[in-house]
Amino acid sequence: MRVLAAMSGGVDSAVAAARAAEAGHDVTGIHLALSRNPKSYRSGARGCCTIEDSNDARRAADVIGIPFYVWDMSDEFHDNVVEDFMSEYAAGRTPNPCLRCNEKIKFAAVLDRALALGFDAVVTGHYAQLETGSDGLIEMHRAVDMGKDQSYVLGVLTQDQLAHSLFPLGDSVKDDVRSEAERRDLMVANKPDSHDICFIADGDNAGWLKEKLGDRAPNDGGDIVDHTTGEVLGQHEGTTAYTIGQRRGLRIGRPASDGKPRFVLDIEPVSGTVTVGPREALRIDRISGIRARWCGTVPSRLEGTVQLRAHGAEHRAIVTTDGADVEIELLDPAEGIAPGQAAVIYDGTRVVGSATISATARTSVTA
Amino acid sequence: MNNVYLDHAATTPMLPAAVEALTEQLTNTGNPSSLHASGRHARRVVEESRERIAQALNCRPGEVVFTSGGTEADNLALKGIFWSRQRPRILSTSIEHHAVLDPLHWLGHDEDAEVTLLPVDELARLDLDALRAALETEPDDVALVSVMWANNEVGTLQPITDVVELAAAHGIPVHTDAVQAVGSVPVDFAASGVDALTLTGHKVGGPFGVGALVVRRELEVTPLVHGGGQERDIRSGTIDTPAIAGFAAAVEATVKGQADHHVRISALRDELVAGVRALVPDAILNGDPANMLPGHAHFRFPGCEGDSLLMLLDARGIECSTGSACNAGVPQASHVLLAMGCSDAEARGSLRFSLGHTSTQSDVDALLATIGPVVERARAAGARKAV
Repeated sequence: MRVLAAMSGGVDSAVAAARAAEAGHDVTGIHLALSRNPKSYRSGARGCCTIEDSNDARRAADVIGIPFYVWDMSDEFHDNVVEDFMSEYAAGRTPNPCLRCNEKIKFAAVLDRALALGFDAVVTGHYAQLETGSDGLIEMHRAVDMGKDQSYVLGVLTQDQLAHSLFPLGDSVKDDVRSEAERRDLMVANKPDSHDICFIADGDNAGWLKEKLGDRAPNDGGDIVDHTTGEVLGQHEGTTAYTIGQRRGLRIGRPASDGKPRFVLDIEPVSGTVTVGPREALRIDRISGIRARWCGTVPSRLEGTVQLRAHGAEHRAIVTTDGADVEIELLDPAEGIAPGQAAVIYDGTRVVGSATISATARTSVTA
Repeated sequence: MNNVYLDHAATTPMLPAAVEALTEQLTNTGNPSSLHASGRHARRVVEESRERIAQALNCRPGEVVFTSGGTEADNLALKGIFWSRQRPRILSTSIEHHAVLDPLHWLGHDEDAEVTLLPVDELARLDLDALRAALETEPDDVALVSVMWANNEVGTLQPITDVVELAAAHGIPVHTDAVQAVGSVPVDFAASGVDALTLTGHKVGGPFGVGALVVRRELEVTPLVHGGGQERDIRSGTIDTPAIAGFAAAVEATVKGQADHHVRISALRDELVAGVRALVPDAILNGDPANMLPGHAHFRFPGCEGDSLLMLLDARGIECSTGSACNAGVPQASHVLLAMGCSDAEARGSLRFSLGHTSTQSDVDALLATIGPVVERARAAGARKAV
């Protein structure tokens, strides 16, 4: 096959590209330039963190012996991922930009262009496994290395996208991938794993949002309110600094009457109200989801599991759907689940699909 | 795979004479600044090289200042003349190479220079009326005018004679980046009337990492690199004898063969252009067909992304460029095409083929055998949405 390897400059995508080449595929490496940040005299030049990563990816491609190009996807990335991230936060929700990027960029804009240019598939360094099911459809399963499993962020991929994807690392554990990179003389072998959100260089999401949203911020402050008494406990400097389940950064001067820590329970961007309460109040067992995406056949009802955040726990659940919206009944309650996050639905190790959480509720009486 | 190299404007293979001159010096010991016999021998090689270049370009040997290449020579001319003349304004064009644009940007930003980038027309020809108007506003404030001899992307030759005439009327020095011009069109330093001229080794069949600023003795230039003062006290650094020997051999050979080269290469280029147009009828040739470098063929392919075309051709062994090689890596719309009035999408859909001394009929044939299906494929992948 002629395949396009998306190379971030990290160790995983480098080894994935090397394995694809070794398997006999005709591999071309690309690095996606996603940042618009101009840090050069050349107007429009992409500066910032991506230059070094791009050079690392280029060196890896040289070592593997494959052609390498940089594809400028910064406009697509900005419009589909960064803008969405900002507007979701402005609306009081908590989006996951990695899922969004996979859905709209890596396995959409990039894949579409690759197919049009004559490639058969896109190769990435994601940890997930693909196999052909008894019905002939491509199934996506969790990775062998559960510590690195990335099937959650791929839960937005449809059958058509999966059919044109290769994940050569799904059956490996990270340590082996690192030692393989060393064996292959890939200089990126000891590069640290990436964390956080790639377009927020310093990891300060709240500060980044405040700066970028500017006048588009829904509010520049408001009350922090106790959820049972309605008492105003303090003030904050904008709701976009908060996410449901957050404990830090509330700066409430007084302790709660019971002496227990307080958590963000609800965010109301229009009035600027942040509601806080005890940890127990974070517990939910009902989830409504919208914008469902299915990897294969759409189930009407499924007894399986759901995962609600990257590297989060599995919750046993009963999922019902009409295809577009989903209702999830959690048999194992969850805490701190915010609208905007993705619920990824599994049947055993197999990813069934995903939905964007629109609402949560608590029905059962729990201790 | 035998690659079809159609990117001579990025760099061109070294001439055998240059390889010979360079390698001959590699094993010789001697710093040209040393006073002993070995040093004297090296000095002689350097000075003879300087004389060969001076003869080829019709300047005085003392006017040749060796540098590490075109970028350094451009920086030296712009910053060095700006600082020595102590006047606030610099006039240049919107289609210069980044080796000129970036220093100008820096001078404007960090040194309070008032930089005016003059417009060009749709064929990338400098607007002389705009230059005249800019000169006539406070001419005493103008430190220098810098206009490239020929544009590196689309190949359009600039009206250097007119530029010199306009500037000279106000006693303002003119610098020209002639990196693409030397060896391709006649370049006569003295006759042109320019005060400073940039050239570089690797574009004329010489080695990388060596170039020169030809600059009139009377013109004071503030140095950028301080040290031993080896080059007229304008440029310091141990003199690279082998590179300079190779550079001089290349300049001499290309200038000597320039007229024949022009006839042969422009005929080949015209065939390439006609062939591409026949196979891709809506392809548009960028630049001024009546007045351009002999080896350049820069096309706009509507509905295509230039970097898609480049990748598809590369996969088939045909090597070209989306514009100036310094823009490569992260593709961006060429400032030259934007200055010519192209939209962002039009600029991104362009590709440069450039022929040089090793180009043959079979190179053109190979491109013409491939370009049709490649354009079709790139068109299917689509142009990026307008931003």
